[in-house]
Amino acid sequence: MANENIIEVKNLVRKFGTYSAVDNISFDVKKGEIFAFLGPNGAGKTTSIKMLTTLLHPTSGNILINGFNPVTQQHDARKSFGIVFQDPSLDDELTAYENLEFHGVIYGVPNPLRKQRIEELLKYVDLWERRNSLVKTFSGGMKRRLEIARGLLHHPKIFFLDEPTLGLDPQTRNHIWSYIKALNKKEGITVFFTTHYMDEAARVADRVAIIDHGNIIQTGTVPELLKKTKKTNLEDAFLAMTGHEIRDESIGAQEQFRMHHQTWTRH
Amino acid sequence: MKSIYIIWLRQLKRYFRSRSRIVGSLGQPILFLVALGFGLGPVFAKAGQGNYLEFIAPGIISMSILFTAVFSGIEIIWDRQFGFLKELLVAPVTRWQIMIGRTIGGATVAVFQGIIVLILSLFFGFKIETFTLVPQMLLFMILIALLFTALGTAIASILEDMQGFQLIMNFLIMPLFFLSGALFPLSGVPGVLNVVASIDPLSYGVDGLRGAITNSFHFGLPADLLVLSIATAVLIGIGTYLFSKIQI
Repeated sequence: MANENIIEVKNLVRKFGTYSAVDNISFDVKKGEIFAFLGPNGAGKTTSIKMLTTLLHPTSGNILINGFNPVTQQHDARKSFGIVFQDPSLDDELTAYENLEFHGVIYGVPNPLRKQRIEELLKYVDLWERRNSLVKTFSGGMKRRLEIARGLLHHPKIFFLDEPTLGLDPQTRNHIWSYIKALNKKEGITVFFTTHYMDEAARVADRVAIIDHGNIIQTGTVPELLKKTKKTNLEDAFLAMTGHEIRDESIGAQEQFRMHHQTWTRH
Repeated sequence: MKSIYIIWLRQLKRYFRSRSRIVGSLGQPILFLVALGFGLGPVFAKAGQGNYLEFIAPGIISMSILFTAVFSGIEIIWDRQFGFLKELLVAPVTRWQIMIGRTIGGATVAVFQGIIVLILSLFFGFKIETFTLVPQMLLFMILIALLFTALGTAIASILEDMQGFQLIMNFLIMPLFFLSGALFPLSGVPGVLNVVASIDPLSYGVDGLRGAITNSFHFGLPADLLVLSIATAVLIGIGTYLFSKIQI
């Protein structure tokens, strides 16, 4: 039981044209583990998560999510996980409560339980008072918290978080991580996350994989990585493995569009 | 079933919360009713065709349903831009449930918009002889709405952003409207136009809606019903397929 793999990735490749965003990676995540996926901008983290969560088909390679193949057994794979995306994915025109209600119904959480969980989660992320406000009136941090609550509503076996604490203050970050860790302990939920905060990864992750240029450079526990690189903290170890060169992540078409749209609709 | 319901409900909530959208989309139909209905009315009457406002009112109702329906379908592009599409795509619901929910949701909104235009046209002098005609009118309004929401959804599934929207508007939606017989009688139009009009599915919607009121059909009631139903089913099928192919 303790050594059972809940995520298995073998020789995974994703090409965009001739460019390999993910270039032949293999790794396993054990059931109940908190697993950090670290890498510089454009290393292939998000592309990997998209393939794990059925949003993108791999060019080649195999994935098993909770025993299901996300390409051929999409439905079962989808039932197995919750996800917090890197970019917002809430409906701004709905209230906080309605966003969760929508999610609960879509994921088939039956009613007395659904109401109870929504209340519990909204209270936990400190949004219960604001449950009837439209999400468009929320700050970035509030939206993040709501998305985390939403991702957990159906009690997934695996919880994917793509830079969940980006742009949050230390208070909120701590709060969110203590909740996720408690949930991991209590419910045995496997957590798979990416972050740029090395201290965060060092503090919460059982195991870490470092990815760069679409390749996994190292996998192991934080002490193992420190030992291999002869460094004293994860940030130094990370820099030793991935280099000091600054990566540019060109702004995507979607981001540009979103910004344009915001300027149009601002009165 | 519950998934379809909640997707439907979401569309409705979004619609009723954007009052500016409801009011804004009434401008064009009113303009058409007034400018064309009253402006071309005398010419139409002189040509012995009767009351033009009576004639185009069903066409204008169809137009507002067509536009609202296509827009509702195309909302998927907004969902894509604002991220909500990802929430839908990773959800454990079948793609046809999403498609049906969205189509019924968008169609409900479009029918509602059509009813508002219908009521407005009554103020401009459009008359409904007996209220027993209303169910048949509603049936055609629903069919038009379903058909074009499905079309909008199918289109939105292959468009990455709004860049291609102008193209769709000018080369698909406008022709669908102007060549449908919404504004002129199809009997006696030149051959080419006649052929084009008879492959335009909106022609059958306008014909059905107008026939419900005047009881004179160009294509005939069975043909109208058959074409609209088949086109809707086919487009929902195509839409589901295209939607299931979306990768982000």
